[in-house]
Amino acid sequence: MNFLGLFNYWLFIVLMMIGFYVVISSTNLVRKIIGLNIFQTSVFILYISMGKIDHGTAPILMDGDVVYSNPLPHVLILTAIVVGVATTSLGLALVVRIKEAYGTVDETEIHIQDPEF
Amino acid sequence: MTTAALMLLCLATPAAVALLLPWLGSRPNVREGVTLCGALLLLLWVLILVPRVAAGDYSEVQLLVMVSGLEIAFRPEPLGMLFALVAAGLWPLNSLYSIGYMRGNSEQHQSRFYVCFAVAIASVMGMAFAANLLTLFVFYEALTLSTYPLVTHKGDEKARQGGRVYLGILLGTSIGFLLPAIIWTWAATGTLSFQQGGIVAGHVAAGLLPLLLAMYMFGIGKAALMPFHRWLPAAMVAPTPVSALLHAVAVVKGGVYAVMKVVIYVFGIDTLATTGASVWLIWVAGATVLIASLVALTKDNLKARLAYSTVSQLSYVVLGAALATSMGVLGGTLQIATHALGKITLFFCAGAIYTATHKTEVSQLNGLGRVMPFTFGAFFVGALSIIGLPPMGGTWSKWLLLVGAADAGSIAVMGILLLSSLLNIAYLTPVVARGFFMPALGEGRSRAGGIREAPLFCVLPPMITAFGCLLLFFMIDPLVAFLAPLIEG
Amino acid sequence: MISLQLPILQVVIPLLGAPVCALFRSSRSAWALSVALAWLSFGVAVALFQQSWFGGYVSYEIGGWPPPWGIEYRIDILNSFVLLLVSGMAAVVVPFAGRSIEAELQDDRIPLFYAALLLCYTGLLGITVTGDAFNVFVFLEISSLSTYAMIALGRDRRALTASYQYLIMGTIGATFILIGIGLMYVMTGTLNMADLAERLQQVNNTRTIRVAFGFLTVGICLKLALFPLHLWLPNAYTFAPSAVTAFLASTATKVAVYMLLRFFFTVFGAEFSFATMNLDLILMPLALVAIFSMSLVALYQDNVKRMLAYSSVAQIGYMILGISFGSINGLTAGILHLFNHGLMKGALFLALGALVLRTGSTQIQDLAGVGRRMPWTMGAFVIGGLSLIGVPLTVGFISKWYLVAAAIEAGYWPIAGLILLTSLMAVVYIWRVVEVAYFGVPLAEAPLASEAPLSMLLPIWVLVIANLYLGINTSLTVGAATMAAGQLMAGW
Repeated sequence: MNFLGLFNYWLFIVLMMIGFYVVISSTNLVRKIIGLNIFQTSVFILYISMGKIDHGTAPILMDGDVVYSNPLPHVLILTAIVVGVATTSLGLALVVRIKEAYGTVDETEIHIQDPEF
Repeated sequence: MTTAALMLLCLATPAAVALLLPWLGSRPNVREGVTLCGALLLLLWVLILVPRVAAGDYSEVQLLVMVSGLEIAFRPEPLGMLFALVAAGLWPLNSLYSIGYMRGNSEQHQSRFYVCFAVAIASVMGMAFAANLLTLFVFYEALTLSTYPLVTHKGDEKARQGGRVYLGILLGTSIGFLLPAIIWTWAATGTLSFQQGGIVAGHVAAGLLPLLLAMYMFGIGKAALMPFHRWLPAAMVAPTPVSALLHAVAVVKGGVYAVMKVVIYVFGIDTLATTGASVWLIWVAGATVLIASLVALTKDNLKARLAYSTVSQLSYVVLGAALATSMGVLGGTLQIATHALGKITLFFCAGAIYTATHKTEVSQLNGLGRVMPFTFGAFFVGALSIIGLPPMGGTWSKWLLLVGAADAGSIAVMGILLLSSLLNIAYLTPVVARGFFMPALGEGRSRAGGIREAPLFCVLPPMITAFGCLLLFFMIDPLVAFLAPLIEG
Repeated sequence: MISLQLPILQVVIPLLGAPVCALFRSSRSAWALSVALAWLSFGVAVALFQQSWFGGYVSYEIGGWPPPWGIEYRIDILNSFVLLLVSGMAAVVVPFAGRSIEAELQDDRIPLFYAALLLCYTGLLGITVTGDAFNVFVFLEISSLSTYAMIALGRDRRALTASYQYLIMGTIGATFILIGIGLMYVMTGTLNMADLAERLQQVNNTRTIRVAFGFLTVGICLKLALFPLHLWLPNAYTFAPSAVTAFLASTATKVAVYMLLRFFFTVFGAEFSFATMNLDLILMPLALVAIFSMSLVALYQDNVKRMLAYSSVAQIGYMILGISFGSINGLTAGILHLFNHGLMKGALFLALGALVLRTGSTQIQDLAGVGRRMPWTMGAFVIGGLSLIGVPLTVGFISKWYLVAAAIEAGYWPIAGLILLTSLMAVVYIWRVVEVAYFGVPLAEAPLASEAPLSMLLPIWVLVIANLYLGINTSLTVGAATMAAGQLMAGW
């Protein structure tokens, strides 16, 4: 197994796990959003890595025998980045409203006020 | 008019009444007039149908396809025709009686009462003419749901409790046992049509037949086979006309009618007789007959006593089916008609007594027979018919059941039938005896002058049905001839 | 000409309406525009259904780029059946929302609400029409983000926490789906579903594809709220505005189930999903636990909305159960219940919305006596409830019939028993409401409820009549479900 060759994928897994862990373990609502961000970003890396071809260059038409990287995953992930930004902003907006309504952004304290959560 | 159109009219007439009534709520006379007209029209359609069915016209009509290859379809045959006749014959009488009772007791929500009643009758007609199990099931459930508002008519806590038990047991058994039994039958045989001689033979392993039969028998909760009989006494919180028609005629008879239909047309008498799949049922039904009679003995409340008596009498029909002999089936089928007439008489009388005196307990009835001779006279006739003494119609069904038991070689069943008749005497005759022979109670004596015979609308119907019991004794030959196709080949 | 453009119109009509709504100041005009667009797109869905009913599929190449390079919208009977449900529910719920939302939201937020509703609707339609795996993710996020916003509009502050909770879980689910799609792309180099289905054949014994399968399973099951990934659903349904709950309950989870069908049957193929990956071994136990435990939990709820929400999780269990049989009949039952459950839950939640308008509460004890004062609304609730229980002559009965028949056919007797047992539990929780509504004595200080306005009763009763009509004449629903099941089992 070529560890270094798969470096990006290892990074993806590590980042994903870190993000996932933060989402689950943190009780602070803002931190959860940060965790979610890391989690999503790891997927961006996955997509970007898969488009890269060894010795490939940016897919701009050039003369001669040139190897291009696959542009499609990169385009796709642009969309995903937009989605990520939207999610983050919506999440943070919710946190602001929650802070206004409960006076706290900590899950345990919200739970004390409203046992449903 | 074609037979098919007549059957649809039988369904449409009460349905139309139900649709019309809500608009007439403010005019009680018109409302009750419409109900009566609808009832008489229905009776007319059924009476036109009877000779056709007797002549062997079993033409089928398909209404619509519901589930792949399964239709809502109707086809008349003697058993269903008998059930339809009983229900259609008693609806006009019951409507008359309801008018007297509901007005006499100034009940609330009378429009709702008549609407639900009409829907229930329409469901009964649907059951009676059902050509397949799916149709039977659909109308069986419709009957349960349409009678729920009738049972809980009073709307108080007790009615609510009663309604809960009623709905719980009837829906529970039908969804829990009957529906899977039907789907099983369908999966095994590929058809749900009722056919002479049955459809399951050769499709379901003989060893599994008792299980399938059990799912049907307990699934048809309306037949009140123990231990699923609790709904019947619980439903007695309903106003008496409801108890009378629905719990002496439509609902319980719908149950045992469905039992008969399943035994004759789904299993086939011969299949049951050769495989012995119904032997266990004899014992369950026999036990229900005896236990319910014993419980009836202990009940002081008149309606509760009649309710347990019904539980017991219903199992006669199941017993007849379980015997799987020609005479047993014939006796059981006759019992549907004779018990309906007898029991509705008793319920009518119970309601008349309540309307006139507001007394509900057997022990309070001392001496009332002398003030209310017509009511108690009718009660006596009805009681005789239930017990099975000549010259009442009930004699024949009991007799045929005994013959059926003898054919099956079952001394024990004969013993059960005779013992039960004794128990019937023990719990029914005291009512009449108290009324006529015991001196009025101390408290009652001073008021005895104030108590008079119940209103005409309440007294006339039981007298008519009592006369019917008598008539049935002498008219049994044509009835047996009419039912003969059931036990052929 | 226009008939060729139907697939794209289906998505574009509500999509263009959304920003226009956001620009409106008047809540009335935003509402009117939304109603018009919802009806228009329902018309489009009917036309598409009509086309696919006669077999084959409609393919639409976006921007004229041929697949597998361009995005293809591909509509067969399954899509169009789901489209019919989603757009039909929108056509009913949006008119209803007018009065309901007016009462439950602040005035200045109403135009924005309609914008969010139209976006959510666009997303759901988009997931359904598209034949491109990545496009599914995009539309999924469009619908999810607007859903979070709509849930947060609920009156109670708990709506905010419910929305936040859903946002976290929903995003994790969507990201899982994204990972799954990415891994499939790595192995095949295509995103077009039909193309994927072909190319996966060669590589589906690799670990990557199995991992992709796993990610997709978890991600989709999160969105469709399969037990135990359903935790977001009860809170979200309970605290969202009534119209939103009705819309989501009858469409969003259904579209997620559609996604499951599309990926596991069309893309991976029934053979791979069931024979190789043993999907049934995961789905069936979870579905059974969902059906039983959630019905049980529903019994103990005092908030009617929450009760119906738990019942929804149980009902999703029925759909997944049917699918997990892996047979034509089971699949038919699952698809049929997907449609029928949309109808019955829609009717129930709408009726509940009308009750909320008049009584201001969803607590069971506050509904005491409404049966007499709101006879039409409660009547609709009772019929919807009967349908949920599975009483004959309602759509619920048809679903149950096919489901039990499929279970018996597969020899799963105890499962058939469990299905019927849980129907009885539905009797209990529905009847608790019915008893209180008809026999309960209202508290002295309770507001005197009058019958709901016609603009709410009409949509409710349209659904009630659909419940009854399609429960009697099943040629449309059963026909479509059978065809769809046949196509799914055969692959594209």
